[in-house]
Amino acid sequence: MLKSRTGADSQTGTSLRKKGNASRNQDFSLILMALPMMIFITIFNYIPMGGMFVAFKDYSYRDGILGSPFCDPIYKNFEFVFKSPDTWRIIRNTLGYNLVFIVSTLVISVSIALLLNEIKSRKALKVYQTTMFFPSFLSWVVVSYIVYAFLNPRLGYLNAVAAKLGGETLDWYNTPNAWIAILIVLHIWKGIGMNVLMYYASMLSIDSSYYEAAAIEGATRLQMIRKITLPFLYPMMIILTILAIGKIMNSDFGLFYQTPMNSKTLYETTDVLDTYVYRALMENGNIGMSSAVGFLKSVIGFLLVMLTNGIVKKINPDYALY
Amino acid sequence: MVTNNKHERIVKFFIHLFFIILSLIFIIPMFSIILIALTSEQSITAEGYPFFFRELDWTAFKYILDNPKTILDSYKVTIIISFGGTFLYLIMASMAAYVISRKNFRYAGKITLFFFFTMLFSGGLVPSYILYTNVLHLKNTYAAMIFPLLGNVWYMMMLKTFMKEIPNEIIESARIDGAGHWTIYARFILPLSKPALATIGLLHLLDGWNSWNPAMLYISDRHKYPLQYLLQVMLRNIMEIMKDMQNNTVLGSAANIPSESVRMAMCILAVGPMLFIFPFFQKYFTRGLTVGAVKG
Repeated sequence: MLKSRTGADSQTGTSLRKKGNASRNQDFSLILMALPMMIFITIFNYIPMGGMFVAFKDYSYRDGILGSPFCDPIYKNFEFVFKSPDTWRIIRNTLGYNLVFIVSTLVISVSIALLLNEIKSRKALKVYQTTMFFPSFLSWVVVSYIVYAFLNPRLGYLNAVAAKLGGETLDWYNTPNAWIAILIVLHIWKGIGMNVLMYYASMLSIDSSYYEAAAIEGATRLQMIRKITLPFLYPMMIILTILAIGKIMNSDFGLFYQTPMNSKTLYETTDVLDTYVYRALMENGNIGMSSAVGFLKSVIGFLLVMLTNGIVKKINPDYALY
Repeated sequence: MVTNNKHERIVKFFIHLFFIILSLIFIIPMFSIILIALTSEQSITAEGYPFFFRELDWTAFKYILDNPKTILDSYKVTIIISFGGTFLYLIMASMAAYVISRKNFRYAGKITLFFFFTMLFSGGLVPSYILYTNVLHLKNTYAAMIFPLLGNVWYMMMLKTFMKEIPNEIIESARIDGAGHWTIYARFILPLSKPALATIGLLHLLDGWNSWNPAMLYISDRHKYPLQYLLQVMLRNIMEIMKDMQNNTVLGSAANIPSESVRMAMCILAVGPMLFIFPFFQKYFTRGLTVGAVKG
């Protein structure tokens, strides 16, 4: 009895050890599988994060990041940024547009998804979804061609219509204020399909028994939307909004750079952080200024994500991003 | 009850009407590009862009096909960066997604965080630009156009969410039969993830096809312009010509080139191939995007 027990014990002992080795081997092969992506991310995402301190350097291409001397005083690049008259403009534009985008995208895409949910004909659904999704298939370059067809001052559609109706024709690419509306419309036009589809897809996963029960209770469609559909969408609405707020310092480069065709007279209403950083780097070769703005953008953007997520976590941990 | 039904039918009618108008708003602008491409230059300069077909004039397309070198070069570049990039991405992302989707892998959480962090924080344009140009010397290479799209963590998280839904029993029973992770990945996970791989593959393909930023940053060799960047340069340069025309400096020569319609024809040729992919997209798309996909 005793003997057989020790025998059994030693057997489990060896099998455990074997199992330990095997699982370590398995762990190893898993790590190996993740390795290509991890190496790639290290080189192209983490190393540039380390390279951010170029913002404190007097960079020259010859000496590289490590070889270039630090600025004197160390915050010199940032001093330029805060003294520049452009800074207020690009911050105002970046935050302003993004706030309008976040609110309008949320309201419009949820509304459209709710309406889409009322449609039962599969054929109609497919047509509507397809067309709505179509603009997200186009690049901003292609969209800028379409915009050009409408806004071309001499030949374009908008001026032709305005002339026919006896209205005033405009030189659109030299009218900054018009671009506030143009950019907002374009952003919604191009991106809304994707958002609607995401909300609609998650509506499809609502158990139909909720609606059946509500119908027996005599609830109207509007009540069902308010009491069943919308609460079900809250997590997604919150998560997408957090993600959007976290990216409030970013802008769609194509929209702001390409569609106004980088027209100088429009900078007042079209210049945002990303286009500014790009131009400082590529057109003016001002690495100091460009990297300082980029540095502030990254750090503030990161703090914003952490902050918004912290708030959501306090309200309801289930809805938080991490 | 009857009034209720009638009421419902009216509501239904207005919802359909709303969506029909919406659909037109999404489609018609692209249609205008086709209209312009098929209108003769004289007609455009005389009467502006057409609202309806005035005639079917193929001069613009003929003009491009008579000088095909530029656009063929660009097609080649675009095909390499979009298809090649997507192939590479799917391999790397699916392997990594499989790893972080394993529930009983002890480093899964840490590796997920490693990837996820890059969605929250990035070094920005300048350090990457220096890395590409001054450290790795990737100017005027295909790599400079492919790499910026390979680090997409978002799609990888979507893939991971999908793989998590695959019943664990399949994997466990394969493991009891002695299969290693490579075998499980190749024999079970990849075939079972086909809808997700298709969705992400198409998304990535589209990103590659539509990308022009990297080319703007890193490509100066005209033979390596991808389609989208070629279009971008064209829009700017014809603008330049037009500005000159208004100043009456090059009036004679520029009027002979069907610049307006050629530009729009190029645009159609650049979008065209993606339209063939569009129907496939519909099939897989809704399955790949759910709350879980967002939450990661």
